[in-house]
Amino acid sequence: MKKTVEELLLIKNTQLNHDNFRLDLKSSTKLPQIFPGQFVNVEIKKSTEIFLRRPFSVLDVDYENNTFSLLVKILGRGSNVLTTYQAGDKISVIYPLGSSFSIPGKDEKVLLIGGGSGVAPMLFLAKICGLDPQNVHVLLGARSKQDHVDITAYKHVGNFYHTTEDGSLGEKGFVTHHPVFKSELTAFDRIYTCGPDLMMKAVAKEAAKNQVSCEVSLENMMACGFGVCLCCVEKTIEGNQCVCTDGPVFNINKLTW
Amino acid sequence: MVDLSIRIKDLVFKNPVLTASGTCGFGEEIADFVDLSKLGGVVMKGTTLKPRQGNDYPRMAETPSGMLNAVGLQNKGVDNFEKNIYPNIKDIDSQFIVNVNGSTIEEYVELTERINALDKIPAIELNISCPNVKEGGMAFGVSCPSAEAVVRAVRKVYDKPLIVKLSPNVTDITEIARAVEGQGADAVSLVNTFLGMAVDANSRKPVLSTITGGLSGPAIKPIALRMVWQVYNSVKIPIVGMGGIMNATDAIEFMIAGASAVQVGTAIFIDPTIPVQIVDGINNYLELNKIQNASDLVGCLQI
Repeated sequence: MKKTVEELLLIKNTQLNHDNFRLDLKSSTKLPQIFPGQFVNVEIKKSTEIFLRRPFSVLDVDYENNTFSLLVKILGRGSNVLTTYQAGDKISVIYPLGSSFSIPGKDEKVLLIGGGSGVAPMLFLAKICGLDPQNVHVLLGARSKQDHVDITAYKHVGNFYHTTEDGSLGEKGFVTHHPVFKSELTAFDRIYTCGPDLMMKAVAKEAAKNQVSCEVSLENMMACGFGVCLCCVEKTIEGNQCVCTDGPVFNINKLTW
Repeated sequence: MVDLSIRIKDLVFKNPVLTASGTCGFGEEIADFVDLSKLGGVVMKGTTLKPRQGNDYPRMAETPSGMLNAVGLQNKGVDNFEKNIYPNIKDIDSQFIVNVNGSTIEEYVELTERINALDKIPAIELNISCPNVKEGGMAFGVSCPSAEAVVRAVRKVYDKPLIVKLSPNVTDITEIARAVEGQGADAVSLVNTFLGMAVDANSRKPVLSTITGGLSGPAIKPIALRMVWQVYNSVKIPIVGMGGIMNATDAIEFMIAGASAVQVGTAIFIDPTIPVQIVDGINNYLELNKIQNASDLVGCLQI
């Protein structure tokens, strides 16, 4: 898919909880096809402190209206300023970027594990993977109930499970403590995960041990997003590779974790 | 109609805007965004004889109006370039220049010979200024004797235009420029990145795996501009100016200060269409100011 630099119209900025926002962006032309796991690199112009674009994975796409949405969690000064944008503002993005999650076979059973803003590509994947919702299991982890991102539009796409570190929603503990992960892991054909590094590494370790195929989406810091700055590299069995072009989605058998 | 073309030795560039090494891959990486044939030239990613993995992650830190990088010349080596890159770029209507790197003079020479054999590579940029490698790189570019030695050796095996990329991390950049001119360099390009550093106050650790890295972006523009002007007043060979150029006005300022051509680097990370926008912007500026030739701008600073 051809990558472009485009000025998009922000049509809606919705606060989802204390630090997560959903930004709906509209293109004046036909949207390129965007696959789950791919990302867009967003220019943030309202602050002189911010020089580089910020990458965000896509939460949902509506080709009929040429809109897509991003889940923006406030992590630093870039995301913080981006959440102050209002409907009507123009936002320059470079997109679509990076690799996507593999699409499962039609009778496969999949487990999608999202943590923090990593829930965005998991929900998008769950929605368009083409599986019977019975075979789609989505496990979302958060620190506590107030950190959980509740996206009601996605309720029908699969079976949902939650963990929180303080037990305020779902099972208490990390995603790897949840029964669906602990006792049923080998029942899944594929595991997909996106979220904090430590979480993904813990998931990947168990998946590898149980020989279940596992894909992770990495978030290494990058300057360009299209494979020229060579800053976002991850060590792989084939040497250093760019997260922005060889990833962000990697099968764990390619990584040196 | 204005004439945007510029010349380095006998090599004609259709306009003065080149992309800087390490910011546009081998051109192909930005071909989705721009028509490469609209560029004066493309200086490709720094190449070495053998593949290099570069430095460990993290390699980048955002800084006020700029960024630090510590990539460390990651590249797949000259064999890969000849086999997998050169066939794709050789017929594109622009000047594709190889940025040549080595840890020793022998490596620079051997790589130059390999590149010399490629008909469609019209020039090399000899990189004696990479701040992110342990051996070679900037070590050659910070003293006159070592800069002279590597340029002298490379000059012997290379007849096409030889551009030497200078480091700003020196006491007097004009000395180095004169030294490489004395050994037969056809042009100098300046500046490479400034050695810098970022610290994470929370973890009390360096941000970069290498502790120090190279600073680029608008933060360095005034210093780069000053160095171009100083070198312009010190040598007779053409200067390719760079350092924080983000738009046509920046590029024009470099030309007024003495640059015959410019390279656009870090700006590409923000928007890969910027180099072509700069070509259009220079054209408009010349028309508006009724200047016939882009080369008339070079060094026209009125004091």
